[in-house]
Order: sequence, then C-alpha cells, then structure tokens
Amino acid sequence: MLVAVVVNRMAMALLTLAGMAVVVFVLLRVVPGDPIAMMISPGASAADIAALKAHYGLDAPLFTQFWIWIKGVVTGDFGTSITLHVYVTDVLASRLPATIELAILALTVAVLSGGAVAVTGTLVRRTAGEAVIDGLNSVMLAVPDFIWALALVLLFAVAMPVLPLTGRIDPALAEGFATRFYMIESLVTGRFAVAANILKHMALPTLALALPLAAVIARLLKQSLQEAMVQDYVLLARIKGFGELRLVLQEALRNAVGPTLALTGVQFTFLIGGTVIVERIFAYPGIGNLAIDAVINRDFPLIQGLVLLFGLIFILINIGVDLTVAMLNPKLRHG
Amino acid sequence: MKHWPPASSTDRGPKPPSAAVRLLRDPKVVGAGGFIALLIVLAIGAPLLAPKDPLAQSLALATVPPAGFPEAEPGYLFGTDGLGRDVLSRLIFGTRVSLTVAFVAAGLACLIGSLLGLLAGFLRGAVEALISRLVDIWMAFPPVLLSILLVAVLGTGLHSVIAAIVVIDWTRFCRVVRTETMAQAQMDYVVAARAIGFSRPAILFREILPNVAPVLIVLLTLEMGIAVVVEAILSFVGLSVSSDTPTWGGMIAEGRQIVHEAWWVLAAPLTALFATVVAFNQLGDGLARSLDPVLRR
Repeated sequence: MLVAVVVNRMAMALLTLAGMAVVVFVLLRVVPGDPIAMMISPGASAADIAALKAHYGLDAPLFTQFWIWIKGVVTGDFGTSITLHVYVTDVLASRLPATIELAILALTVAVLSGGAVAVTGTLVRRTAGEAVIDGLNSVMLAVPDFIWALALVLLFAVAMPVLPLTGRIDPALAEGFATRFYMIESLVTGRFAVAANILKHMALPTLALALPLAAVIARLLKQSLQEAMVQDYVLLARIKGFGELRLVLQEALRNAVGPTLALTGVQFTFLIGGTVIVERIFAYPGIGNLAIDAVINRDFPLIQGLVLLFGLIFILINIGVDLTVAMLNPKLRHG
Repeated sequence: MKHWPPASSTDRGPKPPSAAVRLLRDPKVVGAGGFIALLIVLAIGAPLLAPKDPLAQSLALATVPPAGFPEAEPGYLFGTDGLGRDVLSRLIFGTRVSLTVAFVAAGLACLIGSLLGLLAGFLRGAVEALISRLVDIWMAFPPVLLSILLVAVLGTGLHSVIAAIVVIDWTRFCRVVRTETMAQAQMDYVVAARAIGFSRPAILFREILPNVAPVLIVLLTLEMGIAVVVEAILSFVGLSVSSDTPTWGGMIAEGRQIVHEAWWVLAAPLTALFATVVAFNQLGDGLARSLDPVLRR
C-alpha cells in the first residue's frame, strides 16, 4: 500500500517538475531583455554580441535550446551561470547547505515555540491568560516573515545591537571547513566557539522565518489539545490523579498531534519560500538570496536550475509529509 | 380599539439580527474596517492631506528625526529620509500604490480563480482534472520566487506587479471555491433546481454562487492583505513602480540601508504595512464569523 503511494507520488512529482521546467524555460525566452545585454560593455560591436550569444547557445532555435538544456539536466549538467561563470550545479551545491541549515533550525524553533504556546494555552484555558494568548496569536497569524525580518532589523539595529544583522559567519572564522554545512560541521568537530558565532548570525533570520509558522502551529495544536482534554481517556487519567501538565503532555498531546503534523509539513514549504526574501534582508548567503540576484541579472541557466531545485525540495517535503501521515494513521497503513 | 401587534410577530420571539447588524456589532470588523476606510481617504485625498511634497528633496534637512526627538524640525512630524524628503507625506502618498494593488490585484485574482473553481467544482470530469493539475503545478513554485520571476519577465511597474499577484494567487480562490462548489452541488436545493429544469449556467450563477459568496468575501479580504505585502516585497527588491513614486516597500528598502543612522525611515512605513496587514486579516476574521453559518454556530 505504502509502496503504491510512493510510486504514484513520484510519478506525479516527475510530471510536475517537467511542467515547471517547460514553464520556466518558455517564460524566460519570451522576455524582451536578454542576458547578453547585461554583460556587454556599451562599445561592443554586433559581431561581439553574436559571438557571445553563440558561446552561450542563445542563438539556437528555442526548441533546440530546450532540448540541449533538458539533455544536460537529465545527466546532472545544468549549464554555466552567465554572471558567475561557474557551473550552475556548483553554485547551487555551495549555497544550498546554508539554506538547509537555516530552514531546519527555523522549523525546530517554530515547532518548539508553537508547541509551548499551545500547551500553555491549554493549561490556562478559560482564563484571562488564554484570552491574552489568543489575542496575540491572532495578530501573529497575520504578520508575514517579511515584516518580522524588518522588525527584528529595527529592534536589533537600534534598541539592542547585540546580534549581527548580516552574513552567516564572521569572515575570519570561515576557514578550514571541509563541507558547506558550517553549523553541523563545527558542532561535529567540536568547534563550539565557531558554532556560537554561526548561531548568532542565524538567530534573526531564523526567528523571522519561525514566528509565522509558530503562530499557525500554536493555533491548531491548541485547538486539538482542548478537544482531546474533554475525552474519556483524559478524564480517566485525571481520576487516577495525574497532574494537569502530565495530562496535557502524556495523554492529550499524543492523540492531538496528527493534524498539526500534516499542517506543519505543508507550512514548511512556505517557510522555504520565505527564505528568498528573508535571506535577502539579512544578506544571508543561501539559495534564496542567490535567486533574487539571478532574476535581477537575468541569469537564465541559474534561474532554471534554482526553480527546479525549489520545485524538487517542495515535492520531497510533500512526499515526506504524506508518508509520515500515512505511517501514523493505522487506517491508511493497513487499508 | 388599540392595535395589537400582528399575531405572527408575537409568537416567534425576537428575530435574529441581520448580517449587516451583526457586522456592525463586531468590534474587530468596525475597528479594522475603520482603519481601512481611513487609508482609502488618505489615498484619495493625498495631495490635499499630505503636509509636504513627497518628492521635494533638501540635503540640508536630511535625516531629521521625528517630532519630540532632539534636533527635530517643526513641520516634519515623522522626520525626513536620507534625501530630506518628508516621511509622513511619502507615507500618505504610499497608500495609493498599496491600496490600488490590494483592490485591483486581489479583485482580479478572485474573479479568475473563482470562475475556474466554480467550473471545476460544477462540471467535474476532465475540466476538473485539468484545472486541478494546473493548480498543483502552480503551487509547486515558491510564491516569492515566482512573483520576482514574473516581474523580471514582465518588466517593472504597477501593471506587472498586479499581473504577477493575479497570476500567482488565483489558485487560492480556485482551490477553495472548487471544494465549496462541489459540496454545494450535492445539496437538496441544487437537486431541486435541476429537477425543475433550470439551465446549468442558471444553477451555477444564481443558485450556487450566492452560497459560495460568503467564503469568497472572506478570502478576498485576506488576499488584499497578502497583495499589500507582495507589492511591498517587490518594491523592496526594486522591482515595483519606479523610484520617483513613493511606496511603502521602497521606503522600507531605503530605511533598511540607513537603519543605523535614521531608524524612523524604516519604522514609519513598516508600522503602516504591519497595521494594514493586520487590519485586513482582522476584517477577514470578523467577516468569517458573521457571514459563515458554520463558524457562527
């Protein structure tokens, strides 16, 4: 059963990716401005321009260009970035780890803080405390990562200048890494001072990405928890003399977490999308920031590679969520 | 002989208040609606209401702090930016772009998305399969990336920003309206309308559409909040209207550059954006509670 689900989802995913590839490729080619115009100096002759176009294969017919590109993509060759003059796969590989670390940290912070708010709200239900939590949360639900990021910039630039506002690591410390996963590597190799420096740089972008997701998690989980708290098994545990916190954490949470898990998966893709603008605001060197530069510079091969990469990440997350939900749901597991 | 109240009204008890009355009793709706009404007045009356010319530069008056801070200048309530332009006046003129995008982009996205959603939910079959697959492919793109990509393709400017938002966000309406239409199409009143011999367009637009409308209005309100943020993001990246038109996103981008020297240049438009987004959301919440019969119960 699960195997059938996976195969089906994979086939759908390939179809979606192929659709995205066609859409992006065609979309970019109908643009009036072409990337060559961004590269040449004002004095370049028509022959120079033609030579450059030929060099990047931009003089071939549209279908031929597409065929060459797709043949490359299938073999793992995404072409050469027009502005950076390196292989697209190399650029993506060097930038992706920064975004993965940021997204996973933000997801963790969101789940923990959203969960904590939901549990607190359940403990203080039907009191003024719950009304305060609900009121704050309804405002938080409306505020997107873009506004959080800039509010944090404002707060930490002016009121509390204790955290860096840009970058991923102090340049002096960014030496001697074997991988691009700076955070994970410095933790694994025991360089905790370096890890602390990276964490300081990641703190604000992480918060900006985590807070909107935390608000969503807090609302849904609190609702599920409160529904669970009036069930018979919780009543039974209460009669047995369990404390309120233990009731919530041990009895209600286990039964209430399902819907939140499914929603968190979907919302995680929004968080990844949010890295584009949040990385820009904090000059964080991930694929999101790269994407804005690529679009502004009309770097066709890089844009195409980035869009497919984002699409792939989204699809993998969705499949992962479906599988987790299916595995946790006995009806689907055996049905 | 005195008039007795008509018999019909005596034995039914008090009538439930109408939707309009319920809306006016909801503090969320009144507060948020009032704020948005104020923005509309500011946008329309900007040339009369703004104290200064929003484009007038004066290097002698650059980065003047807001009133109440040391070195503040009279007449510049919210201070000036790096080029000596009045922040308050730019804020007031900035409402024009924000609200235009909110109403036009959200309205068009709603129109296109709900039309496709109605068709998919009502006709089912191949039409639904096609539209649903299209929505799936669409939603696989990160929205921020797609909007930047689209504006880069279409060129900068207000029309491109609006087009980008419509092209991206019609799916929000389409998905919800499709589900809602499918649910409504199963109801007894639709079966009855079919039995009487109503034509399919008549059933769709005269019977089903009015019952989907409450959900649509709520979605539309929420979409307006989203559109305002998307425009601000595109202005921030430098892909919205040209820099000689004041926009909140453009002001935010300038403020981000000089946040250490003049925090108010960032704080003022950011607060305006925050308040506007929260207002549209609270209005949507309030409308949902008043209009949606399921939520109301």
